[in-house]
Amino acid sequence: MAEIVPMPKLGFDMAEGTLLRRIKQVGEAVQKGDIIAEVETDKATIEVEAYLGGVIKGWVIDEGKTVPVGSPMVVIGAADEAVDLAALGGGPSAAAKAPAAPAPAANGAPSAGKAADPAAVSTPVAATTETGRVIASPVARKLAADAGIAISQIVGTGPGGRVVKRDVEAVVASGVKPVAAPVNKPSVAAPVAPAIAPVAVQAEDQVVPLTKLRTIIARRMHESTSTVPAIYLTIEVDMAAALNLRKQINGLVADDRKASVNDLVLKASALALRQFPNLNSSFGGDQIVRHGHVNVGFAVAMEAGLLTVVTRDTDAKSVSQIAAETKPMIARARDGKVQPADIEGSTFTVSNLGMFDIEHFTAIINLPEAAILAVGATKDVPVVKDGQITIGSRMKMTVAADHRVTDGAEVAQFLQAIRKNLEEPLRLML
Amino acid sequence: MTTLTIAKTIATALAEEMERDRNIVVLGEEVAAFGGTYGATQGLLDRFGPDRVKDTPISEGIIAGAAVGAAMNGLRPVAEIMGINFAFLAMDMIVNHAAKVHSMFGGQFRCPMVLRTTSGGGRQLGSTHSQTVEHLYAHFPGLKVVSPSNARDMKGLLKAAIRTDDPVMFVEQATMYSEKGDVPDDVDFLLPIGKSEVKREGRHCTVVAYSKMVGVSLKAAAELAKDGIECTVIDLRTLRPLDMDPIVDSFKQTNHCVTVEESWAMYGVGAEVAARLYETCLDYVDAPIKRVATKDVPLAYSGPLERYALPSVDDVVKAVRETVN
Repeated sequence: MAEIVPMPKLGFDMAEGTLLRRIKQVGEAVQKGDIIAEVETDKATIEVEAYLGGVIKGWVIDEGKTVPVGSPMVVIGAADEAVDLAALGGGPSAAAKAPAAPAPAANGAPSAGKAADPAAVSTPVAATTETGRVIASPVARKLAADAGIAISQIVGTGPGGRVVKRDVEAVVASGVKPVAAPVNKPSVAAPVAPAIAPVAVQAEDQVVPLTKLRTIIARRMHESTSTVPAIYLTIEVDMAAALNLRKQINGLVADDRKASVNDLVLKASALALRQFPNLNSSFGGDQIVRHGHVNVGFAVAMEAGLLTVVTRDTDAKSVSQIAAETKPMIARARDGKVQPADIEGSTFTVSNLGMFDIEHFTAIINLPEAAILAVGATKDVPVVKDGQITIGSRMKMTVAADHRVTDGAEVAQFLQAIRKNLEEPLRLML
Repeated sequence: MTTLTIAKTIATALAEEMERDRNIVVLGEEVAAFGGTYGATQGLLDRFGPDRVKDTPISEGIIAGAAVGAAMNGLRPVAEIMGINFAFLAMDMIVNHAAKVHSMFGGQFRCPMVLRTTSGGGRQLGSTHSQTVEHLYAHFPGLKVVSPSNARDMKGLLKAAIRTDDPVMFVEQATMYSEKGDVPDDVDFLLPIGKSEVKREGRHCTVVAYSKMVGVSLKAAAELAKDGIECTVIDLRTLRPLDMDPIVDSFKQTNHCVTVEESWAMYGVGAEVAARLYETCLDYVDAPIKRVATKDVPLAYSGPLERYALPSVDDVVKAVRETVN
């Protein structure tokens, strides 16, 4: 029953991962849920849990090695089980050459008991197209589906590595039943990188290679600005009441639940998003997907770049609850230790540069979301009230919205709704 | 059973039918006094007289038009057009009249005519006299298009064509007239129009062909069998109506298909067969269906160039190997 644990897909964008550390060594027993490895992704260092119990039979890749998602990483099996690691090789290319199914042992056919108890193997080995589709003939797909075998787990012997009928038949005949590796979301093709004109480098210049995070940011920002027709609307908010409320809340709760202005904005946005589902949606070509959950993400600046961490069901949580969640997430992000749940699943993003005293700015939409809110600093400014100039507390915020999904008037009303939630902040408490 | 050449088989079948039904008449260039360019109407003039066996002017429009008119008025003409390349001159009579009169006039007319013609290259006749274009006629509802691959089928299908009340394009491959085969003596030996025939069975690849390419495919299948690649070879016999049943049955077993035709691949018979398989058998497809056809050029006069362009046994062997690989 040995199982190959592949490089897990730990994030929506994750295409490859680096095995930083083998936490469990060969021969060590593991329980389901034990941390077995530390994997570095584009965005963070993530601890990988075993999804089954057993004994570490062998590591397929070395520490420090970067492999595509789905490549064999480690084999977990029974203590007394013999595993031929050589067949897995040291990487995906060698693995692809390995037989689809462990061939019956050379010294004889598998015992009846073994055949009746097919091993579950999770090594995606099939060749894929540039868009990630497994190259397989229709009849191979059908036979594999009928047999409950994941087509991605079969080595293709047809032209270009196509999985053909005989490959599926061989796996079926072997009695082994490969299943797909757990994958959070279907992989999406990375858009073709824009052609960049070469930059002349002078002697005095410093050339800094792009980090993984920077590469991702570059790609995603380019994708957003080059594909989304965005509109930008700005509104000014009287923050006096909100700041007052925040002071009152923070006087009542422990430090770990004290709310920031940002937490109030998250909550105010979440409530407005419930009212305006188009702003809490994704553009899907011929359809708009209005997300059922309101998960408001917010950008966290780090030395290495930018990460968006996510509060879930933000509309349904109290301000202090949101505060209690955001603080440790921000800390994890700055330590490079975010968990997949921290950075996945946002349906709307808030970017706040108020702490840098920025009055007003626009942000780039975080695809596949439909909008992003850029929040400036709250400033004391002269305002005219009842014919008198007095001191007011004002904050500007700007929405960038995908015009394919929504229109200016709707975005304006959405902004008004956020403003109302902040200017009459008891609404945040309801 | 008698061993006959294809030319003799046709002449015999025509004579038997004319004996059976005095409404059957034969017309065309050189069909009477000369007995046909390929000898396929030999002896008919002597036996049935000039009223029923007529030489015509060198005008394909007149030949086809006269046949349509005769058929509409109760005769059952078997017209010969010397080559399918010249049938382009009769295109209007064939596709706008023969194919349409029955449906266009509310069933007042039938058009029980057979238009025999020859097709195919390989005789160094240059690009305008070497074309294989029966599939063009198979495009039109209202016509039946038959193109047999051997002497026995020639007899059974020609008789069936003559006895059908619809207009039939009966296409003979011009290099095959001297090929011999065992032909049943039965004067009522009929083969159904619109039925494909399995000529050989194998589990690896379904090879679909018609006319001369059936023989080419059978030779290729024998060649491939030496290496353990077993082909089913199916003779379409009729291009319209097209009988896909044995092809589908076979393809569901083999999951691979190669089509072989002497015309060009583009918009051809192989394209039609492949499209039908993709439409009806997608879940059985294990590799792209390959089409073997004449290379996409007007045929050269030069013998070596012409041979190079026409589909060969080697071409079929290669296509099957690539498909089942």
